[in-house]
Amino acid sequence: MSRPDDATPQTPVVDVRSAVVTLGSQRVLHSVDLEVRPGELVALLGANGSGKSTLLRTVVGALGLDSGSARLFGHDVSRHRAHQQLGYVPQHAAESGNIPATARETVATGLLGPRAWFPRARDLRVDALLSDVGLSGLADRPVTAMSGGQRQRVMIARALVRGPSFLVLDEPFSGVDIASRELIAGIFRRLHSRGTTILVVLHDLGELEDDITRAVVLDEGRVIHDGPPSQRPRLDPGHDHELRPVPALGQELDS
Amino acid sequence: MLTPWDLLTSDIMRYPLIIAVLIGLTAPIVGTYLVQRRLSLLGDGLGHVALTGVAMGWLVGAWVSTTPHDALAIPGALTASVLGALAIEYVREVGHTSRDVALAILFYGGIAGGVVIIQLAGGTSQNLMAYLFGSISTVTSSDLGITVVLAAIVLAVGIGLRGLLFAVTGDEEFARASGLPVRATNLLIVVIAALTVTLAMRIVGALMVSALMIVPVATAQTLVIGFNRTMRWAMMVGLVCSLGGLVLTAYVNLPPGGVIVLLAIGMYVVGVAVRAVRERVRAHRAQEVEAPA
Repeated sequence: MSRPDDATPQTPVVDVRSAVVTLGSQRVLHSVDLEVRPGELVALLGANGSGKSTLLRTVVGALGLDSGSARLFGHDVSRHRAHQQLGYVPQHAAESGNIPATARETVATGLLGPRAWFPRARDLRVDALLSDVGLSGLADRPVTAMSGGQRQRVMIARALVRGPSFLVLDEPFSGVDIASRELIAGIFRRLHSRGTTILVVLHDLGELEDDITRAVVLDEGRVIHDGPPSQRPRLDPGHDHELRPVPALGQELDS
Repeated sequence: MLTPWDLLTSDIMRYPLIIAVLIGLTAPIVGTYLVQRRLSLLGDGLGHVALTGVAMGWLVGAWVSTTPHDALAIPGALTASVLGALAIEYVREVGHTSRDVALAILFYGGIAGGVVIIQLAGGTSQNLMAYLFGSISTVTSSDLGITVVLAAIVLAVGIGLRGLLFAVTGDEEFARASGLPVRATNLLIVVIAALTVTLAMRIVGALMVSALMIVPVATAQTLVIGFNRTMRWAMMVGLVCSLGGLVLTAYVNLPPGGVIVLLAIGMYVVGVAVRAVRERVRAHRAQEVEAPA
């Protein structure tokens, strides 16, 4: 497995400098820096409300900055045109629409350009991706009728269907059953070994403990650690249960 | 006894029948996107605003002495409902006022503006009745022309850009990260809703336009799964109701808008019953498989 831990001279995939974001009247990010280099698997950790998701939304261009800069693939995030290269899995995405769409319809919305225009080519590509995430028999089932793990796999298939080189995920293991956690972690490992850059917000390192190349820890909108996952700060468990050592597989699903 | 051929060839019914087909097809397309975006009541708000537009059309018509007096009523309704749609979308995006409060203000402001302005135009609120509840006796060739153009736009956008509209209404955040024009798409949806309100209010009435957008979608949801299938079935239901309702009013002297909407609600009730029967049959079969004799 290739482990591009060493910095390469290539342009960073993500380059966020001094990012300040205010949501409503609350400042969520205070001068945050984040760099992700090609081939890295970076975990974004922190307590609820620490600004992880906000930083992620800034990186994909879903949220604007008050000040600072955010560059994606070397271009300002509001003006980059490399959407084909970006796969995004938002948090709780399947809860959006009010008409239950099938898995095939949902995944197809991830396709951009000519491939989205021709039904036969589109369906072939979509079905191949559903098969990759272990859902080939459920293409015509409504996503809302699926388990949390199956829904998350549909959302991952939607992000991957365009063949991105950079995958951004917001808590992909949240509300996911043990079997799906293993399957999703396996997908990440496979993608990472093929050179896909991954930035993932995690509740805990869990299944990916051995695969994460760098951990960035946020606390109240500031980066308090950016380095090897093993050296990340352990906050007082009473203060922040999310940064405790990882429990046994599936143990915390009930918590 | 009138035959269907007599209806098609009669001067009174020809225009309304063409308009009914167009309403039946377009209203559920727009309704599917509105239901998807949880904006089911938008059509109602726009219908009320369109009344102010009708009255404004009368007022301008009175100033410039058009013949007939209400020649500018439909263009007025079109202008007002498009402006209302843009206002709603602005409020939704800026978020200073909650969406339901903004819709409520549209409802009341639209109807109040209508009755006040119609009086200023030298008419009475009775003149608004045909627009409120729908009528086929007053459909003119210029109404038909406007309706065909508006319906063509709604069909082209609603079906031609279905992939884009579904992606944005289904998950705005993902669409934004995909570089899709989210704001323009949201504007497009409310504008085609405004066009549909205008084209449908002549026959169905401003108070009932929204029902023909939403009820066929609800009916389709009782029968099929998936966004595309829901839209297709809703269009079929809409077409059957609008055509069926209009043909019925040729035999029985009843208001077309009310008959069309009652037919749609009737089909919804049938859809709910069919779904209940199917679920019972499925549960019964599952029991039989679990406990073989």
